[in-house]
Amino acid sequence: MDLRPISTLPTDDERAAVDAVLGAPGVVPQALREARGRRHLLLPGLHAIQDRCGWVSAGALGYLCERLHVPPAEAYGVASFYALFALSARPPTALHVCDDLACHAAGAPALIATLTQRLGPAGETRAGATWHPSPCLGLCERAPAAMLTVAGAAPRATAWGPVDAAACVDAVARGEAPTPAPALIPQRGRAAYPERLLARVGVVDPTSLDAYRAAGGYAALRLALERGPAFVLREVTDSGLVGRGGAAFPTGRKWAAVAAQAGRPKYLVCNADESEPGTFKDRVLMEEDPFALIEAMTIAGTTVGAEQGFLYLRGEYPLARARLTAALAAARERGLLGDDVMGRGVRFDIELRLGAGAYICGEETALFASLEGFRGEPRTKPPFPVEAGLFGRPTVVNNVETLVNVLGIVRDGAAAYRALGTAGSPGTRLFCVSGKVARPGLFELPFGVTLRALLELAGADDPAAVLLGGAAGTFVGRDDLDLPLTFEDTRAAGATLGSGVVLVLDRTVALGPVLARIAQFFRDESCGQCVPCRVGTVRQEELITRLARGKPHGTVATERALLAELGQCMRDASICGLGQTASSAIESAVARLKVFADEVTP
Amino acid sequence: MIRLPIYPAEPRRRPTDGPVRDVALTIDGAAVRVPEGATVLDACAAAGIEVPTLCFAANLTPVNACRICVVELEGARTLVPSCSRTVEAGMVVRTDSPRVRTARKLVLELLGSSVDLSATPHVARWIERYDAHPARFGPAAAPAAAGARDAAAPGHHHVGDGATAATVAQPAKVDNDLFVRDYGKCILCYKCVEACGDDAQHTYAIAVAGRGFDARISTELATPLPDSACVFCGNCVNACPTGALVFTREFELRRDGQWDEARQQETTTVCPYCGVGCAITLRTQDNQVVRVTSPLDSSVTGGNLCVKGRFGWQYVGDRPPPDTK
Repeated sequence: MDLRPISTLPTDDERAAVDAVLGAPGVVPQALREARGRRHLLLPGLHAIQDRCGWVSAGALGYLCERLHVPPAEAYGVASFYALFALSARPPTALHVCDDLACHAAGAPALIATLTQRLGPAGETRAGATWHPSPCLGLCERAPAAMLTVAGAAPRATAWGPVDAAACVDAVARGEAPTPAPALIPQRGRAAYPERLLARVGVVDPTSLDAYRAAGGYAALRLALERGPAFVLREVTDSGLVGRGGAAFPTGRKWAAVAAQAGRPKYLVCNADESEPGTFKDRVLMEEDPFALIEAMTIAGTTVGAEQGFLYLRGEYPLARARLTAALAAARERGLLGDDVMGRGVRFDIELRLGAGAYICGEETALFASLEGFRGEPRTKPPFPVEAGLFGRPTVVNNVETLVNVLGIVRDGAAAYRALGTAGSPGTRLFCVSGKVARPGLFELPFGVTLRALLELAGADDPAAVLLGGAAGTFVGRDDLDLPLTFEDTRAAGATLGSGVVLVLDRTVALGPVLARIAQFFRDESCGQCVPCRVGTVRQEELITRLARGKPHGTVATERALLAELGQCMRDASICGLGQTASSAIESAVARLKVFADEVTP
Repeated sequence: MIRLPIYPAEPRRRPTDGPVRDVALTIDGAAVRVPEGATVLDACAAAGIEVPTLCFAANLTPVNACRICVVELEGARTLVPSCSRTVEAGMVVRTDSPRVRTARKLVLELLGSSVDLSATPHVARWIERYDAHPARFGPAAAPAAAGARDAAAPGHHHVGDGATAATVAQPAKVDNDLFVRDYGKCILCYKCVEACGDDAQHTYAIAVAGRGFDARISTELATPLPDSACVFCGNCVNACPTGALVFTREFELRRDGQWDEARQQETTTVCPYCGVGCAITLRTQDNQVVRVTSPLDSSVTGGNLCVKGRFGWQYVGDRPPPDTK
């Protein structure tokens, strides 16, 4: 391979940003093999350029390619995959205004319209700043939300809510956003619902390792290291813990499969790319209890025989990033990470990596591709990650909430864990409640509590439509309120818990535009690799837009039949879960809530 | 300063070399035996069942992108791509079930409604076989202006009224004398990227850029080919299944309505340039070379050529006109 470099030279700032990630270039050019082995630093390099300069110029991209020996066409393919990288000149200050589901229900369309008047059309530069609509920012309990990014030598990013037009205009003008408010835990103080995962949230200082340890932190890791991997595997398997990212795969089986693999090295990946619209549980855990995640990852890594963990955090969570960065440094300094974890002679460390605005990177194989420095395109399974995952090695990949559950299981035992919940769905579950409710926020309830009970806690007066599981989930209606919130009951009812989203819409919210927004989301977030999803999500959006506008091709009935066929093809023939679930919420609204049931009278 | 770990990529898995055992499976009710390591597609071929393929090529790594080769596998939640799924003993495969037919029909409709398939072999027959009607999605939207698709930003698109069906139609890119990139015909099968990169040429002049429906084959920053890393080997043209990458002569003949396969013939010979001895197949129309390929099963080329063998044949027809003798 003989690369042809980009001829544009980098500016001093661009060079400095790249060198800060890769180290200063040596006098002797780096050996080709070594340079190519650092391909995984492509995304961190692009982030550094974007953070420093506000966009990725040809010269900056060329310098990064030269340092990493990545072909410029491939680096361009990677950079142009992620929504948070700008590849044309952009001012340092950029405001990202969420208009996704929860924010949509909270008036984002009107907000966007006002901002278009006051700040100019989206994407235009005015007075050294620009703004864009954004997919879900994971601040659904404080909708509508926005994120301000200011590039420079000391880059800043803040995501906060609720916002109005005046707050947005002010933030853009000043290049500064207000301090985000703490998480909302509406059930706090109600003894009926014991908090396991949320126990420290809002109670223990998330910036203090000592406070975490005083509140029971690191007891589980101590026990895990003393009793050994076999003990941990047994407890996690016996607990019946299943993954909380959406697929509900038994965690114990996944860990045991990787632990049994002979190949070295092995990797642990924490999937913190929480991008499912309506989901914010992992953000709250990472912001308010970052050491818990680090401790849990350390248990997972040392149990399966991984010495390196990666925490892949979505790029839109600046506060979680700051808290986790500080927590990782503190844990490393105190010997809780590194070459001799807790003085027990085992090695484990964690690298924090940032996503850059791509929902698909929450799919585990796409996440691997992204970490490795490639486009976040899912890979065909088999082989499964437990055999060939990150860098082709045996890999455990777990969601944040799943991992944090492990602490209690190790500390108190599987039996104590199973004391809450149902036989099929033991333990508790985090529910992200947003939309038309009096008390939005994060709830932790034992599995088996009914949807009605959750909605009463949250204060939903008029739950005309409830979206369970996010954009990839299912709508349920008033007739389904007695549904027990468990994996088995939702599955039997043809619904899903997915990532724990409970988005409540009342009669004032027209469902047609909500479904159109979901369809837009999937069109925007499809990676583009396979035909059913790449083109299917476009056709679905066009179809839903027609129906929402009351302008079907032919009759509404023929459009519904076409939608059903499209859905079947995407579900059956797409490579990954994105395409396979892209029609799920829409089809459930048509089937259960009778949206688009009536013929349009011309 | 942060640590700089090195994570070497795994070497690509190779198919089993040497003698292997046979694996028995059932396809459409019939028992089939194929060597271990074969794909379901191989097994279908052995059973005499035609499975349509677009992004598959025997000399390239399967990318599983087009999904037209999907089959139903008993016990699997979704359909599986036959081109890359290796056979396992006892598999029960159905290639013509209602689910398979619907998926293939929709794939053809989705492609047919968004891409110009007029130069794609077999597709008209498949559209008939699966009763596909690409026009179901409505009239095609207006083509994109030159460069518009190259400038699309990921995560954002113009939200239309749904009245027309979006397409990838756009003016062909003509930036060199040897071949044309007519991306209105591109189904994004990744074959050209593979041929340019790991699977053949190792030049890496092109990659997939952008995301979703705006994903496209591109050089860095959409630079014209002569300014890119391209070495004009034409292996991408050879790999393209839809005529999106096309010899300039062929592009002009097709544009002018002069392309006539009935008047064409193919002659396989040996490239005259160097001592390697690459097999080349000359396609001629009216005794003029219009396309040069190499047989995929050639042990010398594996289907690949260099710029000379691929494009250096103008001299063949470059006789002086009779009246200037």
